[in-house]
Amino acid sequence: MAVVLEALVQFCQMLVVLALAPLLAGYVRKVKALLVGRRGPPLVQPYRDLAKLLRKDVVLAHTASWVFRVAPYLVFAATWVAAALVPTFATGLLFSYAADMIAIVALLGSARFMLALAGLDVGTSFGGIGSSREMMIASLAEPAMLMVVFTLSLLAGSTQLSSIAAFMQTPDVGLRVSLALALVGLVMVAIAENARIPVDNPATHLELTMVHEAMILEYSGRHLALIETASFVKLLLYVSVIGCVFAPWGIAVSGEGFAAYLAGLAAYLAKLTVAGTVLAVFETAIAKMRVFRVSDFLGAALMLGLLAALLRFVSRVT
Amino acid sequence: MWGIATLLATGVAAVVLTRARFVYSVTLGVTTLTLVAALATLLAPGAESTLVLPIGLPWLGAHFRLDALAAFFLIVVNLGGATASLFGLGYGSHEEAPGRVLPFFPAFLAGMNLVVVAADAFTFLFAWEFMSLSSWALVMAHHRRPGNAAAGYLYLVMASLGTLALILALGLLAGPDGGYAFEAMRSDPPTATIAAVVLVLALVGAGSKAGLVPLHVWLPLAHPAAPSHVSALMSGVMTKVAVYGFVRIVFDLAGPPEWWWGALVPLIGGITAVLGVLYALMEHDLKRLLAYHTVENIGIIFIGLGLALAFGANDMPGAAALALTAALLHVFNHSVFKSLLFFGAGAVLVSTGERDMERLGGLIHRMPLTAFAFLVGSAAISALPPFNGFVSEWLTFQAILLSPSLPQWLLKFLVPAIGALLALSAALAAACFVKAFGITFLGRPRTPVASDALETDRWSLTAMFALAALCLLAGILPGYFIDALAPVIHGLTGANLPRQNELDWLTIVPIEQSRSSYNGLLLFFFIVLAAGLGAEAIHRLASARTRRSPAWDCGFPDPSPATQYTSGSFSQPIRRVFGTVVFRASEEVHMPPPGDARAARLHVRLHDVPWDALYVPVAKIVGFAADRLNRVQFLTIRGYLTLVFSALVLLLMVLAVWQ
Repeated sequence: MAVVLEALVQFCQMLVVLALAPLLAGYVRKVKALLVGRRGPPLVQPYRDLAKLLRKDVVLAHTASWVFRVAPYLVFAATWVAAALVPTFATGLLFSYAADMIAIVALLGSARFMLALAGLDVGTSFGGIGSSREMMIASLAEPAMLMVVFTLSLLAGSTQLSSIAAFMQTPDVGLRVSLALALVGLVMVAIAENARIPVDNPATHLELTMVHEAMILEYSGRHLALIETASFVKLLLYVSVIGCVFAPWGIAVSGEGFAAYLAGLAAYLAKLTVAGTVLAVFETAIAKMRVFRVSDFLGAALMLGLLAALLRFVSRVT
Repeated sequence: MWGIATLLATGVAAVVLTRARFVYSVTLGVTTLTLVAALATLLAPGAESTLVLPIGLPWLGAHFRLDALAAFFLIVVNLGGATASLFGLGYGSHEEAPGRVLPFFPAFLAGMNLVVVAADAFTFLFAWEFMSLSSWALVMAHHRRPGNAAAGYLYLVMASLGTLALILALGLLAGPDGGYAFEAMRSDPPTATIAAVVLVLALVGAGSKAGLVPLHVWLPLAHPAAPSHVSALMSGVMTKVAVYGFVRIVFDLAGPPEWWWGALVPLIGGITAVLGVLYALMEHDLKRLLAYHTVENIGIIFIGLGLALAFGANDMPGAAALALTAALLHVFNHSVFKSLLFFGAGAVLVSTGERDMERLGGLIHRMPLTAFAFLVGSAAISALPPFNGFVSEWLTFQAILLSPSLPQWLLKFLVPAIGALLALSAALAAACFVKAFGITFLGRPRTPVASDALETDRWSLTAMFALAALCLLAGILPGYFIDALAPVIHGLTGANLPRQNELDWLTIVPIEQSRSSYNGLLLFFFIVLAAGLGAEAIHRLASARTRRSPAWDCGFPDPSPATQYTSGSFSQPIRRVFGTVVFRASEEVHMPPPGDARAARLHVRLHDVPWDALYVPVAKIVGFAADRLNRVQFLTIRGYLTLVFSALVLLLMVLAVWQ
């Protein structure tokens, strides 16, 4: 019975992340528009965009190889699988043991690897600039993320997200400096990884500081739809990770009743709303930085992560 | 033993015959047989065998012993040897001077096999030198190409330094009574001081062969100079034999470790890993990039070995077993994907005659199968799931996460920092291989040789695909590989990981389920499933039409392939972020004044800091001393007699004072 329930939760989770991801992106856009005094597109605009892209033909460059055509599916698959393994509204996912947090970070790395290759495939300067910068950013963001994972797992004694979330709900967590540093580091990584301001600007691809949008410039039609979906899912994934580790309230634990799951879902939606609003306010309030300042930004995230891991040893609570 | 003898005989026969097909067929057969025998030894518990031959030192004989550790490294050596022979069957026919390669190839294989099974100091050192010299001969196979002679010279100097350190290390272990057999050394462990000296000497001796920074300088010059299947053996296998030397001396012979060993070794490993991958990123010669990247992986292996020492010294055998498993699994994994990548580079070299990535590009259209195999190898070496590189790095991370339970404060602080170095090197490795694969195989051809390339031969493809399959297999079924390592780990640390293949769904769990687990099979299955579902849904729901057109490129596509990103431009951001500190990189732009039609030029200058700081002064001192001593060569007969006489008096006085 428990297995069936876990499988059901796992399945729901896969659908929930896929269904909610464009909504989160639409919500952030809406709030940003409202903050600068525009009315903004409706919340469901990302869904409409995806549907429109799906109806369009794919226009493929003559020089594109199979890597270019396979990459969107693999990027989408790897991101989706990673997101499906992060507890959103309930822990006790059937397959959560398949990948711990390090493996989830690495799965996102696989997706990025394929996408960066696809950026180089057509042989244009825009694709190259995007891939090259994306890999530079990733080379700093990934270690920073892993240092955050280190800190968390040193505290919780586990790299499994379910175990960390369970630990965070116990009273012996307390307020810790290293947790605060890890949170800041994780947020900085999330901003960089999702190509948000101040690292990159998701709203434009006609600026020379562009990273992600330049890499996917040659994509069109269904391929572009998949890549866009993958980047929506990735944003949702990072919000879910932050939510499940630093705000684990309301997450349903396996074995609780149906009501607990509904409460968990409601709590999750509330977390998404808060995170989306904060992100939109942050993005409106801050200016984009030059691309070579990004290394300072992410270097700071890496140092925060390392400091958080080291402070763990000096703090008195053990 | 018979295998090694056959290999040597093949080498001798090859001098006369110089028929590539014959030599490679024999080496293929022999290495496969040895591989099977070693596998049987590793999997059958307690199947040790020893052998004493009446050769070598007259009072000692030559001792050989095949235990679990030797069997594991025999597998690595012979797997590499077998695939290299298979690759050589095709690749060797393009060799311009087969007489310079064929005799030494089997000899090189025999030397590596001999190192692994040797069980006394003399045989070990003899085999080590034999391995070094035969590989040196292979490096010098194309000695007329510019740079190769210098590479060979540097290799010879560094190999001599390494052997000198190993002679001293084994001499100290043998002690004044001359117990040169490993059995005698094991039964009589040295004092703590001597063990510390032995550790440092082993780091120098094995580390110079493996490529630890700052002793790595010869490696990126010598490995690419050899023919590609030999480069694969040198990078993929010979560095592992060096790791074997280190493990044998430090873990097996030098007695119980001290805790500070566990601080020194991983620190060197971490620095090696990051510097190695940064060097690789700055490189645009494909084979040299791969060679530099070997340095990175050796660093990762030494991180694992060092952690095993740290845990072992603090009496935590379970954690030591985890760290050592991670290191040895990475030894195996790296030998697989590094051989694969060198084969790929060799195939590119054969069909285009180019190693410079700036002159390649678009090869995926002309060599689709090679490109596919190279892509698998690139993903595996970048530690991406679901391939095998990720499993061993994941295990290393799990070992690092056990560091808080270490009692020493230095280790507590140092190990997370080493974790950061490891994470950094893993992320940079991905960038490095996006560059290696992307610039070489993707994009548009940059030169006519690249656009006219042809797919390589079937032998080479078989070798590459066999290794690519192994990369995936070891990535999705790591439990079997970890279990196979159990006897080796048990022999060295006295503990074992939990048995992995009894767990549900072939998950791997290094410590316990609630702590961490990874299941490559499920991940692979899910990725395939999700991609398949996505593709199916998309092709049902969406427009399935595809139109071909020129590239969009924001409306200004330029037909010249020179407008693409090159290897230099790809690594420019990383050079700006890391290079100014690590390489003291400087850029100079020569911009002609307006109206002048000359091309603008950008010069990038990189400094090899260890080379400038360490090797140049030593070379200067040696040169200075040689100049001064040169005068002694041209003395008169009276001068010589005075010199001899005063030397004699001096020595006698020293002797008198000594006693």
